[in-house]
Amino acid sequence: MILDYVIAALLVIAGFFGLVGSFGLLKLPDQMTRLHAPTKATTLGVGGVLIASMVYFFGVAGTLSFHELMITLFLFLAAPITAFFIARVQLRNHVAERDLPNPAREGTRWAGHLGQDSSSD
Amino acid sequence: MILTYALVFAATCFGLGLLMNLWFLVRADSTGDKILALDTMVVNIIALIVIYGMAFGTGVFFEAAMLFAMMGFISTVAYCRYILRGNIIE
Repeated sequence: MILDYVIAALLVIAGFFGLVGSFGLLKLPDQMTRLHAPTKATTLGVGGVLIASMVYFFGVAGTLSFHELMITLFLFLAAPITAFFIARVQLRNHVAERDLPNPAREGTRWAGHLGQDSSSD
Repeated sequence: MILTYALVFAATCFGLGLLMNLWFLVRADSTGDKILALDTMVVNIIALIVIYGMAFGTGVFFEAAMLFAMMGFISTVAYCRYILRGNIIE
């Protein structure tokens, strides 16, 4: 009975966060701010659903299953990497190379901008 | 009883989110935005699969969710790398 309320609360919170993430993707004004909502709020929403599922199957079977924890861990590891790559794509497509800060290593250039000498000036 | 309502609420939220992502995917004009919309759709679909598994009380769907998570991550990274580098495996 108490488990039911815990699962229900987790599901409602998770659904709210998922909806906020998807709504933010529609509403936020420009490309870099738009990156925030799906990669943070939606990931948190999915994490909530997976924890709710873990508690649910603990109540049904009596044993903890670690499948959900594995999916949660994978998603939480994957979301920042995805956000980083999409940000790189946005920078490559919409920001000229002279507006970017220099890479940490001397004498190197940003990967996406290689071969764009003629178009960047 | 309360669990049924919560499941319906969460499924409605994630389904609405999926529709919003689809709408944004159709309307977005840059490649990065389209990749972002597709990645968010994958995350929402994982949540829907897990909710479906809870509603039917089976654990069969976890493998499907895990596969979806892996394929979504790999395809997003591969598409971004293709745009950044021009090829995927160097």
